[in-house]
Amino acid sequence: MKALREFIDKQKPHFEKGGKLEKFYSAFDAIETLLYVPDKVTTAGAHIRDAIDMKRTMITVFISLIPALLFGMWNIGYHHFLSLGESPDHWTMFFYGFLKMLPIIVVTYGVGLGLEIVFAQIRSHEVNEGFFVSGLLIPMIVPPETPLWQIAIAVAFAVIFGKEVFGGSGMNIVNPALTARAFLFFAYPSDMSGERVWISEMADSFSGATPLGNALVGNFDNMPTQWDMFMGYMPGSIGETSTLMILVGALILLATGIANWRIMLSVFAGGYIMGLLFNLWGLNDYMNMDPLSHLLLGGFAFGAVFMATDPVTAAQTNKGMYIYGFLIGVIAILIRVFNPAYPEGVMLAILLMNVFAPLIDHYVIESNIKKRLKRMKIAIKN
Amino acid sequence: MSTTFKIKKGLDIKLLGTAEKTVVDLGAKKFAIKPPDFAGCFPKVLVQEGDEVKAGTQLFYDKYRDNIRFTAPVSGKVKAIKRGAKRRLLEVVIDSDDKNEAIDFGKSDINSINKDEVVDKMLSSGIWPLLRQRPYSTIADPSLAPKSIFVAAYDTAPLAPDYDLVVHGHGDEFQAGLDILTKLTNGKVHLNVDAKKTTSKVFLNSKNVQINTFSGPHPSGNVSVHISKLDPINKGEIVWYLYPQDVLTIGRLFLTGKYDSTRIFTLAGSEVLKPKYFKSHVGASIKKMVAKNVTKNDNRYISGNVLTGEKIEKDGYIGFYDSMITVIPEGNYHEFFGWILPNLNKFSFSGTFPSKWLTPKKKYKLDTNLHGAVRAYVMTGQFEKVFPFDIYPMQLIKAVLVEDIDMMENMGIYEIDHEDFALCEVIDTSKTEIQSIIRKGLDLMRIEMS
Repeated sequence: MKALREFIDKQKPHFEKGGKLEKFYSAFDAIETLLYVPDKVTTAGAHIRDAIDMKRTMITVFISLIPALLFGMWNIGYHHFLSLGESPDHWTMFFYGFLKMLPIIVVTYGVGLGLEIVFAQIRSHEVNEGFFVSGLLIPMIVPPETPLWQIAIAVAFAVIFGKEVFGGSGMNIVNPALTARAFLFFAYPSDMSGERVWISEMADSFSGATPLGNALVGNFDNMPTQWDMFMGYMPGSIGETSTLMILVGALILLATGIANWRIMLSVFAGGYIMGLLFNLWGLNDYMNMDPLSHLLLGGFAFGAVFMATDPVTAAQTNKGMYIYGFLIGVIAILIRVFNPAYPEGVMLAILLMNVFAPLIDHYVIESNIKKRLKRMKIAIKN
Repeated sequence: MSTTFKIKKGLDIKLLGTAEKTVVDLGAKKFAIKPPDFAGCFPKVLVQEGDEVKAGTQLFYDKYRDNIRFTAPVSGKVKAIKRGAKRRLLEVVIDSDDKNEAIDFGKSDINSINKDEVVDKMLSSGIWPLLRQRPYSTIADPSLAPKSIFVAAYDTAPLAPDYDLVVHGHGDEFQAGLDILTKLTNGKVHLNVDAKKTTSKVFLNSKNVQINTFSGPHPSGNVSVHISKLDPINKGEIVWYLYPQDVLTIGRLFLTGKYDSTRIFTLAGSEVLKPKYFKSHVGASIKKMVAKNVTKNDNRYISGNVLTGEKIEKDGYIGFYDSMITVIPEGNYHEFFGWILPNLNKFSFSGTFPSKWLTPKKKYKLDTNLHGAVRAYVMTGQFEKVFPFDIYPMQLIKAVLVEDIDMMENMGIYEIDHEDFALCEVIDTSKTEIQSIIRKGLDLMRIEMS
């Protein structure tokens, strides 16, 4: 351990200003801080600091994604073999999915982190940890059959135009992972929807439509049971199918205080209430679908737990979070049921509310300011 | 007694090294008054090295408010006048002669004395600077009358001194001090006590003031919290505030006619071998206090508490407003995979370390390591959990960063002080220096508004 530290200390001067490898300082710093928490001490203000930092925060989110990720891998294999009419053991299924998933993850991190390091160097920043999570989120929200080159382009687009043009992590307006997903969705629609993309190397005779895809065309005969929806035994984007595993992740995020419960709760509430309203209206079969099914299908739970709660792009005031989350839930179900082109509305609902989040915050803060002015007027009167 | 104000938001950081409740005489030889302790003060020196001084002899004054004088806390000789960059006055050091001679400003009849006499006497004796104002935490302006005066009779900061012990046996002086304060305002004098910790009769039996009870975690002892609950500050309004030892000093001046700067200090922190209380005078050197009484590690000496105190040298001097010294270890070490390992012994307000769940009552030995590097603000909703004001902390910080005067004012910068953001700074995932940011905002507002 000591030898490693000494090695790093010895290499450091080469990467610092004036050193021959100055251009790679950001990469060096990223690796050094990955291995060691820096020896920086407090110089002003509070002398002691909480042990949490951005890396700890991001690893916590990373860990919370793992249950859904592992299930997603298994699910890829499960549906692949199901379509072929085979039923090998679970490890075979999992391993099949793992091999499918690995290149997607590698490409995403390779492209994304590469760009992050380049931008950090140009801006003489340290490499921000934001992509650590985005890089796992992106593979989990794409269909398993997405071509790797498309993923590479989408990641590059998301990192550059979703984040870095605004100034990097913490400054972006819309969620980078969803930006990548939206890019894929609109740039390569034929590879992103329909019946062919959801099951890896599917047998031709098999129908691979997702439940939401079926629902959109009015086919409610093949709906999975709510139990299957909850467990995630259905085709879909890699990480989004198992509500159970997503809830395990949600539990980690809430217990550690990383994600805000206000957002999660209000997204689910918004979706459920919208589903209930449709039930009351009841014009067609889709409107009559159990509101609970809405929450269990598609990317709803995944979006509510991992996407809507992104602190940078969500509303930042506690009151604003309720409004922001609720509207995501409402709009997501609205798009699902009414829009004939899009089977799923969660992505668009979150992106839309990302854009409106600052406006929501603005009005919340205005009300606080008004309260303060009112108090002053009363004080002046007396 | 009125109802208890229950403060829910906040955080008590439990540290090792609480002071034992015994008071010993420090016998310090050197004392210093440090002009940087006084926000917004431009000092002009009145003495030279080698001058003989008594307690109450003027040392320097504020260039822009020349009636505000700063005086020697003890008698002796001016040993050194230390200046820093751009000849900024840093310290006026006095070698004590142990005689404790003091200038006689004359006794007063506390019942009949009027406001102008009180102000004059406090100004000329140099105890006026004990009174500070909100907003901005500068020394109070003698020409103004505050809408109320706040005395915080307890301190909720980590390892903070027990003011019950500090005022023990000084009931008369304390009451005299409070009576003097009532002359300075047309409004109320608020004496704020803790629902559990305050048991001293000196506080609870005080007269002519309104006693208010508070409970809850830090920062429930901060003056801003008390003001926000009892008499919130609107634009243009002024509130004065001070602490129990300051009230004692004021009481003594009017009872005896002399500036008696006696103060009791707490020496606490994980690196102190025998944490206890010391009796000395304002601005005492900590050299004797920490000699042979701290561990041999690389330590940080703090005048004040770990949240808001100033870093000083191990032979430095206690700040003018401080009642405690904290000694904690420095944290200049690299930590292998510190961000990823479970780390059972680490303190965190978040739930990302198991200590929050496994050992919630544990007392920590915390060092000065930053535990990370500075980032842009990513996390939200964290500060609100430790910030018991009807103010949006993150948005106010951002308003200060972009120097938007109107926005700062609208969002309530007059109601807070940088110390109120100390906990936000501690738990900040992005490791920014929030107190410095807020202090800059306050200074900017003060200059804009004057």
